[in-house]
Amino acid sequence: MSTTLLISIISTAVVYAATVLYAAVGEIFSQRAGIMNLGLEGIMLMGAVSGYMVAVYRQNLVLAMLVVILVGAALGLVFSFLTVTMQADQTVSGMAMLTFGTGLSGFLGKGVSGVNANLAFEPIAIPVLSRVPVLGPSLFDQNILVYLMYLIIPLSMIYLYKTRAGMILRALGENPAALDSAGYNVFALRYAYVTFGSIMTAVSGAVVSLAYTNFWSDGMTSGKGWIAVALVVFSAWNPLTATFGALLFGAISIIGIDVQTVFPQVPSQVFSALPYVATIIALIFTTGNFRGRRSAAPAALTIPYDREKR
Amino acid sequence: MIRNLRFRKRNSVSMARRILTPVIFVLLAFVFCGFLLAAVGSNPLAVYARMMKTVCSYSGLTRSIEAGIPLMLTGLAVSFGYRMNLNNIGADGQYALGSLFCIGFALYGPVMPAPLKILCMFLVSMLGGALAALIAAFPKAKWGVNETILTMMLNYIFLYVMDFLMYGPWKERNQMVAQTRAIREKYWLPDLGSSGINSVLLVVIAIAVLLYFFHTRTTWGYEMEVIRQSPRAAQYAGMSVAKATLLVLCASGAIAGLAGFAQVAGIIHRVQANLPNGAGYTGIVIAFLAGLNPLVVLLVGFLFGALQISAVAVQLIGVPSQVATMIQGTIMLFVVAGEFFNRYELVGRKK
Amino acid sequence: MKKEMDPVLQMKHITKTFGSVTANRDVDLSVYSGEIHALLGENGAGKSTLMNILTGIYRPDGGEIWYKGQKRDIHSPKDAVALGIGMVHQHFRLIPTLTVAENVYLYSGKKSFFLNRDKMEKEIRECSGQYNLQVTPEAYVWQLSVGEQQRVEIIKLLHQGAEVLILDEPSAVLTPQEAQSMFDTLRKMADSGKAVIVISHKMNEVMKNADRITVLKNGRVEDTMPASEADVERLTRGIVGDRTLPEQERGQNSEPETEQRPVQDPEQEARKEAAKAGLQTSSEEPVQGLRQTSPAAAEGAAQGQKHVCGEEVFFMEEVSAKNDRGLPALKKITLSVRAGEIFGIAGVAGNGQRELSEVIAGLRPVTEGKILLSGKDLSKAAMKQHIQEGIAFIPEDRLQTGLVPELTFTENIILKSYESDRYSRRGILQKQNMRDDAKTYAGQFDIRHGGLDLPVGLMSGGNQQKLLFAREVSGDPRLIVAAYPVRGLDIGAAESIRKILRQQSRRGAAVVFISEELEEIFAMCDRVGVLCDGELMGIRAIEETDFQEIGRMMSGEREETK
Repeated sequence: MSTTLLISIISTAVVYAATVLYAAVGEIFSQRAGIMNLGLEGIMLMGAVSGYMVAVYRQNLVLAMLVVILVGAALGLVFSFLTVTMQADQTVSGMAMLTFGTGLSGFLGKGVSGVNANLAFEPIAIPVLSRVPVLGPSLFDQNILVYLMYLIIPLSMIYLYKTRAGMILRALGENPAALDSAGYNVFALRYAYVTFGSIMTAVSGAVVSLAYTNFWSDGMTSGKGWIAVALVVFSAWNPLTATFGALLFGAISIIGIDVQTVFPQVPSQVFSALPYVATIIALIFTTGNFRGRRSAAPAALTIPYDREKR
Repeated sequence: MIRNLRFRKRNSVSMARRILTPVIFVLLAFVFCGFLLAAVGSNPLAVYARMMKTVCSYSGLTRSIEAGIPLMLTGLAVSFGYRMNLNNIGADGQYALGSLFCIGFALYGPVMPAPLKILCMFLVSMLGGALAALIAAFPKAKWGVNETILTMMLNYIFLYVMDFLMYGPWKERNQMVAQTRAIREKYWLPDLGSSGINSVLLVVIAIAVLLYFFHTRTTWGYEMEVIRQSPRAAQYAGMSVAKATLLVLCASGAIAGLAGFAQVAGIIHRVQANLPNGAGYTGIVIAFLAGLNPLVVLLVGFLFGALQISAVAVQLIGVPSQVATMIQGTIMLFVVAGEFFNRYELVGRKK
Repeated sequence: MKKEMDPVLQMKHITKTFGSVTANRDVDLSVYSGEIHALLGENGAGKSTLMNILTGIYRPDGGEIWYKGQKRDIHSPKDAVALGIGMVHQHFRLIPTLTVAENVYLYSGKKSFFLNRDKMEKEIRECSGQYNLQVTPEAYVWQLSVGEQQRVEIIKLLHQGAEVLILDEPSAVLTPQEAQSMFDTLRKMADSGKAVIVISHKMNEVMKNADRITVLKNGRVEDTMPASEADVERLTRGIVGDRTLPEQERGQNSEPETEQRPVQDPEQEARKEAAKAGLQTSSEEPVQGLRQTSPAAAEGAAQGQKHVCGEEVFFMEEVSAKNDRGLPALKKITLSVRAGEIFGIAGVAGNGQRELSEVIAGLRPVTEGKILLSGKDLSKAAMKQHIQEGIAFIPEDRLQTGLVPELTFTENIILKSYESDRYSRRGILQKQNMRDDAKTYAGQFDIRHGGLDLPVGLMSGGNQQKLLFAREVSGDPRLIVAAYPVRGLDIGAAESIRKILRQQSRRGAAVVFISEELEEIFAMCDRVGVLCDGELMGIRAIEETDFQEIGRMMSGEREETK
């Protein structure tokens, strides 16, 4: 394999990973808290369109990201209101979020559809590091959102496994009643993590529209939200494993294009479908109730917490 | 005056409340969307009036029904699964596979008399949908794997299969569009007289009535209800929960697969890339709004068809057609929130 | 021994009601530092409620709590913890995906942003060393046995600085060896100056391990004594009360027919009874199965006649089974029940009764041994076959298992026979038949319901149980298993239920009757078997035994038949 090909594979995989990993890490936190948000695709589209609109109309990337965060927070609050306060069915609420986000983003984004913003997060080569053969150009000649992702992965791992708050989060999706009896506010915690997850998802959407494809079109995330949900399950609710999964999915999608030139008889759709097949197999093995195996899924996932039922 | 308000669980919900609450929240959703429309500079009243006008015309009505038919079927499929607490969000994929089986049989299957051929198309599209669901149903029944995520992942896989066939071997020759050629006219289901409504609607209505009858009058419907309410009591009564899970999910898939039959035999007579176009997800909204009642699903499915048709019409006055999806999503958010008031009531806390 | 000190904790005149049920009435309790104090009583005697008040889960309706000489209001579990009162619940509140150390630190008040695992684990090791509580701090809780999990719960309390430790039925989930080592640990904690309260219903373990014993009955304190002054007789009297002798009881409460018991000549007697039952089928008195209109009823009567002869209907040999946690719950049980016989199962709750009832009914798999119904082997049969063979089952949790609370009266009556010809024709429900039978049941068994189309969850407990019985006896079952059928019912409903069971046995059904009320067992049964720790301690004919002997057997003494 030639060096340029390798660089292109790694670099594409990394960029692809960035488009889904923010959402996946956010969803890991949300699901660890016991709330499954299946509306990621909708929230992602809202993040993508709101960021792109600010970029077109205000030509300001910082402002764009701020708006994206606000939009994510607003949608997260709506979703936590439905699932935590109203104790609504999480699948149905997720579908509502998905439909709402898809529709509203298409509706609002009509004006910027196909419009060139002439503004995007450009790659910044990091001195010295970007000179390292192969890894340098593929990992350290990226845009700032990718670098931020490099930071978020270890930070989320440390938070989850090394801090007291992370320990509480891991308990939250397992046994909220126990936490409640220990004096923690289950409702506030769930609100916080669902909202955090939604913000991260919206940022993921902005990565797509402002750093990956650099345009807006209706439904442009084309299933990346679902890939993020799949990654959460695939990774057994672990951000680091999710990173490997995202890189793998990214590599598969790019290698698919390359391999197709070598084996034209294999349809490209086979490679596009591979991440989903992988997720199904992973899902069965990580959560299947086989003899003597424990499911990796948080025990209280999708179960609304009702104090009266304690 | 009253301080310390709190929510209390209702013991029972009156019929009037069960109908009125969603209606009120649907109206609120339209009000909310009105603000959004105004925010982008449209006159919401003008837009809604235009939508009403479109739907109320005769051609609007027939087109609404046409658009509503696949939605009714996915809605029926989803509500059937939900009747046993099974989240089938894979109706999109089941619809896709059902339509592929149907078109495959219609175009490449044996030549036979039209009625028999149509009957076989009907059956193979059910088979396709059921097979698509089986892949999720088996791990669910056997190992308790979450069917929500399984069915969702399968959507993408079957849509890619569809994609491959539409752009690849089954593509109509000398055409730009990714679609199959049309099936022979003698295999088309006829329109109802000169009404412009295809007779496949009768099939859908028959299925809904059959399902209604199934839920309320048959022992299998009874068994599903017991399992839904109390798996432990079901075990006590000697029922096999795993077997029922397998059958119900596959049946749900089969119903979704029929949407493919409806398109091929009744409406567009061919299959296009991304034919389901999110009908599976809309089906979830419909099932939920209809309270899982198959007969109400028909009504709600029709209304959602009307919404999609009217959204196309308002494009003429400069409103993006995505307004339909937006209104759908808003309605759903509001109705989901409204559900809470069916379960709880606001009371002042007694000291 | 420690009487000269002031009690560390005093509960005075505690009263607590739930709706119309009084769970605690004017309860006084004093607990001293350095003692193990046992709270003894039947299920529903108010032990757990009292402790839940102490730990702030419930608020008392009346009474005071004094702790270390001060009157205290305990509003929440947090308040209780702050005072130094902690409880190990019967269902552990551990988080399986966290380690032992993390579970302990989730509850301790020390706030720091990062987790210092080394320090956490070291502290836990110190604590476990001090009281000989063996745990592995870095292990995940899901990897632990039940006994280890219990030790983690105790360490959790100690780490929070608890000085009064309450344990709810701590030995219920343990093997005898584990239970003994747990009590040794509790002794060490008491010796170090802590007060330990143990909720229990096992007399022998309490006498052996506690310093003082308080007996609760019907929400009141019945007796309180130093363990040294306790004996089986006194405790039994405290738990079940100074009740009238069973013989008198029987005469007072039951209908005239029952006076003919105990059966002198079973065969002759049974034939007479069966004839009576047959007659009554056509009379107004509802004795028989309910489908009087159907030919099945006549057939059932004929069958009944055959079986009433005292033939052995049910036989289980060396049957073992596991509980939900996978631990052995039944150990080589052998028993047989004859037609027309009511066989009582006595014993302190939680000694395998639930598992025994489920094994007989077919709901729980048998790990070892053989089950025969009229000679037919059902050891491996599915639930459905048990139903078809005519085994009726009144489960312990009637509203969760026996009925579907969300379904209507009419829908609940067909739960077990929905596939029968009467209710289903080619898969179509026969609603008219369902309604007819529902009406018949309601009339015959005097079931009061708000409407046949309302969910049964809205009915009262007594009427729910009558409905359950009506359905279960409708097919003229050969064997009826009734687990605690009158628990929680008011007197009237309880009497109707007993009446139904007697009528069924007269018809010729074999009945297994599980109860924790000895009085009731003596009034109802022909023979009684005593369960203790999953073993059958012995079987006695009711007229050849007395409360004292059964009480001894309940506490684990095995006596050979005289």
